[in-house]
Amino acid sequence: VEVAPTESRRARRRREREAARESGVWYPRAFWPSFTWPALVWITIFFVFPFYLIFGIAFGTFDFLDQPIPVYQPWYWDLTEFKTTLGRICCGADAFYTPVYVRTFTYVALASAVCLVLGYAVAYFVARYGGRRRVLLLILLVMPFWISYLMRMYSWQSMLQEDGVVNGILRFVHLINTPINWVGGKPITVVLGLVYGYIPYMILPLYGALDRINQSLLEAGRDLGASPARTFFRVTLPLSRQAILAGIVIVTLPMFGDYYTNTMLSNSPVTNMIGNLVDVAKSQRRGDAKAASVVITLLVIVLVPMFYYLRSTRKATEHA
Amino acid sequence: MSSVPARRSRFPVVGWWRDPWRKPRILEGITWLYIVWTIVPVVIAILFSFNAGRSRSSWQGFSLQWWVPPNPGDSEALLSRPDLTDALVHGALLAVLTALISVPLGVLFAIGIDRWRGRGSGTANFAMLFSFVIPELIIGVSLYLLFSRVLRSIVSLGSGAQLIGLITFQISYPVIIVRARLLSIGKEYEEAAMDLGATPAASVRRVLLPLLYPAIFASFAIVFADSIDDFVTVSQLSGDASTTTLSMAIYNLSRASPTPAVNAAATVQLVGTLVIVAIGLLLYRGFSRGQSGGDVGSFAQL
Repeated sequence: VEVAPTESRRARRRREREAARESGVWYPRAFWPSFTWPALVWITIFFVFPFYLIFGIAFGTFDFLDQPIPVYQPWYWDLTEFKTTLGRICCGADAFYTPVYVRTFTYVALASAVCLVLGYAVAYFVARYGGRRRVLLLILLVMPFWISYLMRMYSWQSMLQEDGVVNGILRFVHLINTPINWVGGKPITVVLGLVYGYIPYMILPLYGALDRINQSLLEAGRDLGASPARTFFRVTLPLSRQAILAGIVIVTLPMFGDYYTNTMLSNSPVTNMIGNLVDVAKSQRRGDAKAASVVITLLVIVLVPMFYYLRSTRKATEHA
Repeated sequence: MSSVPARRSRFPVVGWWRDPWRKPRILEGITWLYIVWTIVPVVIAILFSFNAGRSRSSWQGFSLQWWVPPNPGDSEALLSRPDLTDALVHGALLAVLTALISVPLGVLFAIGIDRWRGRGSGTANFAMLFSFVIPELIIGVSLYLLFSRVLRSIVSLGSGAQLIGLITFQISYPVIIVRARLLSIGKEYEEAAMDLGATPAASVRRVLLPLLYPAIFASFAIVFADSIDDFVTVSQLSGDASTTTLSMAIYNLSRASPTPAVNAAATVQLVGTLVIVAIGLLLYRGFSRGQSGGDVGSFAQL
């Protein structure tokens, strides 16, 4: 039925309702919303409220035992603790958090860049040349999802010990003579650990996008005289742009909140990230407010990629 | 720039490199190296649970001593380490309960939000997706504050808090999986049922729900596997030592001097998770027979 765009939303709804009632397909007004109520109650109590509580504690006060008292009214919020945290992050005599924040950004940037390049190559191969082995390859690619993250890190931690497999191989091929202590605060170990931990999350969306690309587009590019490299940069890469951005967001969000990868693979303050500040602060005096303040800065950092991701997924479902 | 065969060169490698129709050997090599890189460390960790020595990093021969105690009274093998076995049981229990509660909540939410087009649906959908993308540490800390400062007298840190935290973090997985399925099902089947006289509730229960079984079983498997491996939420919300899961035990013990018994415990959990996922995959295939997208590939995509 052609509908004039000037028809008001209410009129259209009424017309649709009439049509539905006539065909026998009619739902009570609260029918579909009522399905969402149990989960919505849950999310409100255990996600939305605690989320607000972070601010209530960070900007709250303390009782005489240094226990935090959450303050829920924004007009009573006390910014002292939060300003102290900000002073530690930037520009001041006690800006001792600065290296932690710079380090977190560096590690996340390096690790997600490696994830992207390596992940793209793997996803591209499986999507285009997987052939008969595609199912096997896909199972191997999702395998890490079914293995505990901590077990995967523990495996590397064992292999990187001074008497471990990695030093054994390097000594066998005579690249080194004395074993290297890989797990004693080496940034490269932590960055590679982050890559190892999160790259599966990069590969799957890339695979999905590359698999959807119509092969005849690539053949057309080649038929028209483009080299393989040119076809890749002019056809394949632009068509997978959305997936690249989504993949980067998916791996960076958890990396920003990571504190266990570096603890497992280095356990040294020289590789501490923002997550460690949060984890450590909780056990300190007036630590809850400190932890909450650092969490707020973390939230500010991840807000942009998070909203980008939410917007792009909403677009994707609208187009589907 | 041209698709004519490459010029001949004195070096065969150059000709091979310039050939636009050559097989993608380099990409293939990278892919297999990547797979070896992801899988082999874990396989080595499993092998080391059979090490004859105390080390988890240097091989000293085969033995079962870290699995079953060689002589009674020996308390170092997995079977005589209550800290590890309790952690395995606690984690499995949390994961089962999480799946049993979060999947029904998520499935109902997905059905409702997919069909509800009124005021408020946007906000509800946003809140759900927000809980999906937010770093787990932020959810963990916010619930830690809730249970340690506000609800202390009702639910304090410990198993209850861990369960609630896991459900909150996992609830969005079934929502996403079921919504993807709903997109491919469409509304025709229910509308046909209602046309034939079914009530709205009956059309959902007798028509829509059976069509969603593959997605629901996949959700159970994924939520279980993800919860049993969870670290951040369960460790932020843990109470005393009895609420340790295996991930937490690995984290704590790995910084002391872990013995291969830890490898053995991790192996048990890995095998258990893979069995559950395999069952989920079989049910997924069984129930999606005759529907589109019932193969391993689409399960892997979930």
